[in-house]
Amino acid sequence: MKELFVCNEGDIAEGGRKVVAEDGVEIGVFRVGGAIVAWRNHCPHQGGPVCQGRTMKRVEERLTDSKQSLGIHYVEGSLNVVCPWHGYEFDVRTGRHVGHDAMKLASVAVKNRDGAIYVVVS
Amino acid sequence: MAQDASPKKPPAELPIITARTDSRDLLAKARQQAIQRGLDKYFIVDVDAHIGEGSCWPDVLKYIENPATREAAFSFGDGTGQNAFLNDTPGLQWQSAHGRITHGAGLKEPATDKTVPRPVDLSRKCMDMLGLDAQVFFPNGLLFLGMHPVPEMEIELSLAYNRWIVEEILPHEPRMKAMLYLPFNTPAAAEETVKRFRGAKGVVGFLITSTRHIPVHSNQYMRLYSMLEESGLPLGFHAHHNWHSDYTRQLNRFLSMHALSFTFSNMVHLTNWVINGLPERFPKLKVMWIESGLAWLAFLAQRLDNEYLMRVSEAPLLKKLPSDYIREMYYTLQPLETSNMKLTEATFDVIKADTQLLYASDWPHWDFDVPARLFDLPFLDDNARRNILGLNAAKVFGMEVPAKYRNEG
Repeated sequence: MKELFVCNEGDIAEGGRKVVAEDGVEIGVFRVGGAIVAWRNHCPHQGGPVCQGRTMKRVEERLTDSKQSLGIHYVEGSLNVVCPWHGYEFDVRTGRHVGHDAMKLASVAVKNRDGAIYVVVS
Repeated sequence: MAQDASPKKPPAELPIITARTDSRDLLAKARQQAIQRGLDKYFIVDVDAHIGEGSCWPDVLKYIENPATREAAFSFGDGTGQNAFLNDTPGLQWQSAHGRITHGAGLKEPATDKTVPRPVDLSRKCMDMLGLDAQVFFPNGLLFLGMHPVPEMEIELSLAYNRWIVEEILPHEPRMKAMLYLPFNTPAAAEETVKRFRGAKGVVGFLITSTRHIPVHSNQYMRLYSMLEESGLPLGFHAHHNWHSDYTRQLNRFLSMHALSFTFSNMVHLTNWVINGLPERFPKLKVMWIESGLAWLAFLAQRLDNEYLMRVSEAPLLKKLPSDYIREMYYTLQPLETSNMKLTEATFDVIKADTQLLYASDWPHWDFDVPARLFDLPFLDDNARRNILGLNAAKVFGMEVPAKYRNEG
């Protein structure tokens, strides 16, 4: 196990990220809702560079009380990352595929040492 | 726990992928996969790629042989000819999943090697990253051409495309191959296409785009099939979507339409092909079904067998079950469905995948498959992997397998 320095805490804005590579290990470090989270840059679908894809808000289909559709809309405050290879879409907070809970990005532990962000790599 | 020796030195940063990202960066992980799995020791043929005519359409138009049509084409696109005469449907513009899959809207990267046409440059990058020995190209915009409201456009535009890829693209790169477009709505023109291009360097077969409403068993096509059988070249049916049929226009999502439409067209054509006894009429004609995935085949094989046994009088040319004919034809892998691996394995059995299935990427489309997708299937032995990744294609297309691969396995 090794701690790898990524950047200083202020270097990642809310909703932003850094994707880093060291010795063949690639990790995406995101700030969402003030917290720093990190995921392996490896899509569980076909191994695509998921953390390098677009970040977008989640969408939802809104319904009236009588279950009629009001169309598709963004969910404010949400943040997904979309694998650029095939569009698999994951909640940045949980790492879970937004349509299939069982599919999840591999998490990476994050350490904040006096404002310096480290990730723990094996 | 050890800390980095130089804790304040940040590691290398990877860029965010955009529509202009170089293919080599976008596919860097496919190269890693190839190295990890030793895929470079496998002969790999990609039997479906679409780096093509889109951005080069004005170059294609120069090959239109009728001057009246050729000059008219350059009245389109503010005089550039871009997209001239194509009957593209909005569906193709949905391929990026609303901007989520950037390459789905087409590769926008700057050229790396400007001494060759752009499709050659892009194809070489893809082949190098995926570890391909050959890549078979199909058109993009022409996949709708069988539905063109102006019948002669199918003939004139497809001939221009065929000439462009044979004369302007394939000569640059021996790994690039093509199955050429047959203007199928006009049988005489389709026959003329076979006569004109069979034997052309890099041409490995001919293609019927499946999005069309014309029965493949019509008597008017028997001379064409006979000619193809004699040529020894395979005939491919390349699926595409159609959001304008009575059924598909009820579907309000691209997801739904794409899932059904890409299989439905080939279901109809394959059913007509088998039930009308075309495999018995042309037993040496190699027929290939392209870009419908595989899941539909397990359904269709059982469904047709079930009905055939009750109504054999309607299919008297058949000498065995429909599923027996299905397992004698060829199929391309992509887009491979795997959410139920038992069904995937059963489907491989239904189509006798060891000898009948051919790897296909469909690059750069949004639902492409990398070679590792096939390699990692848990139920395949190494012999099957080698066949599906490339050796089956070598047999179908008559490609020579380099000696370096013959000692593997």
